[in-house]
Amino acid sequence: MIALKLNGLEVQTEKGWTLLDTARFFGLEIPTLCHMDGLTPWGGCRLCVVEIGEGPRAKLVSSCTYPVEEGLVVHTDTKRVIAARRMMIELMLSTAPMSKEIQDLASRFGVTRQRFPPRNEECVYCGRCIRMCDEQMDARAIGFQYRGYKKKIGTPFDIRSEECRLCGACMYVCPACAARCGGPNADTDICNACLQVEPTCLEKYGELTCWMYDAGRCGTCVQEKKS
Amino acid sequence: MDVQTDRVNALIRKHKSEKKALIAILQDIQAEYSYLPKEALQQVSRSVGVPLIDVIGVATFYRAFSLKPRGKHVVTVCLGTACHVRGGPKILEEFERRLGVASGDTTEDGKFTLETVACLGCCAIGPVVVVDGEYHAQTSIRKVEAIIKQYLNK
Ligand code: SF4
Ligand code: SF4
Ligand code: SF4
Ligand code: FES
Ligand code: FES
Repeated sequence: MIALKLNGLEVQTEKGWTLLDTARFFGLEIPTLCHMDGLTPWGGCRLCVVEIGEGPRAKLVSSCTYPVEEGLVVHTDTKRVIAARRMMIELMLSTAPMSKEIQDLASRFGVTRQRFPPRNEECVYCGRCIRMCDEQMDARAIGFQYRGYKKKIGTPFDIRSEECRLCGACMYVCPACAARCGGPNADTDICNACLQVEPTCLEKYGELTCWMYDAGRCGTCVQEKKS
Repeated sequence: MDVQTDRVNALIRKHKSEKKALIAILQDIQAEYSYLPKEALQQVSRSVGVPLIDVIGVATFYRAFSLKPRGKHVVTVCLGTACHVRGGPKILEEFERRLGVASGDTTEDGKFTLETVACLGCCAIGPVVVVDGEYHAQTSIRKVEAIIKQYLNK
């Protein structure tokens, strides 16, 4: 057992857990993009940052790669964390505004403006496809090539790879491959359509009565916000 | 260029087919062929036991490696900060114009490959142009023609 302080509360964790595992175990929501259950943590997108330590020495670390430490002081939702998180979402949104997963993150974590021009790229370099192909499909057909602004994902020599099993797993996990659903603002760079709907119960009874307590996120009984 | 299996194998064996020698092996192959031929990379992957995509990852990460055949003479124009402000880009343009290739490419006759680099660590003598490892100091647009001539028939 490893004890640490999570948002002011003393909690017990297990050796080998990451800060992300811990936060999720205790029901705290932390956004992630490059992290995926079943794949090795990678720490590439920095969306999952949390603040560790106190006072002027407090710093941001990626929770998906940071292992629990005895006595560590962790805060998951400080001003600094929220600002960093929103900035990362905003930047990724400018890279791939057509990505449903990133649009959803924006709606969920309160990113409602977009200050950077859209680049409409097909990749945000999360590396999920590469790890999926290597670790779950045991194929190693694709990988990063070149570096800096020339960095890209591809097969050797950009031709059909002999190692590829055509399983489609790389596309299945790609956040940039699934096109966003067309909400009321489908043409803009920032969707936020989710923010314009609310569960019908809220209007009818004046409170959320959903037994799943998911505030309309399942999308089955939502209507456009009246106010 | 013909890629001979035993020549590549000899280079790989020189490094005991070790994974940690991957970069050294690629350097030797590049020295032998002046670039990294596709067949050689496939052979390295098999003999050293590194997935081909990872060999490619390393080969494309470093500017020192080239996947395309290179010319007899390699012209490298410095575009580092110091050389940049002293006219590096103009000199590069002049080379591109005279050789008829874009930076990164090789002339049709296979004589010259034009490349750029970001600082060679000798800014005081800039703008610097390196041809086949020989440094040309304080170059200018006017000197480009002479530099090309110097190597044309070598
Ligand atoms: S409307 Fe669709 S794309 Fe837009 S934020 Fe909601 S779920 Fe995401
Ligand atoms: S389709 Fe091919 S490249 Fe994609 S995960 Fe499967 S084996 Fe890998
Ligand atoms: S192709 Fe998709 S899954 Fe792969 S790194 Fe790019 S965004 Fe991520
Ligand atoms: S989810 Fe932790 S860095 Fe991407
Ligand atoms: S900038 Fe050219 S040698 Fe430093």
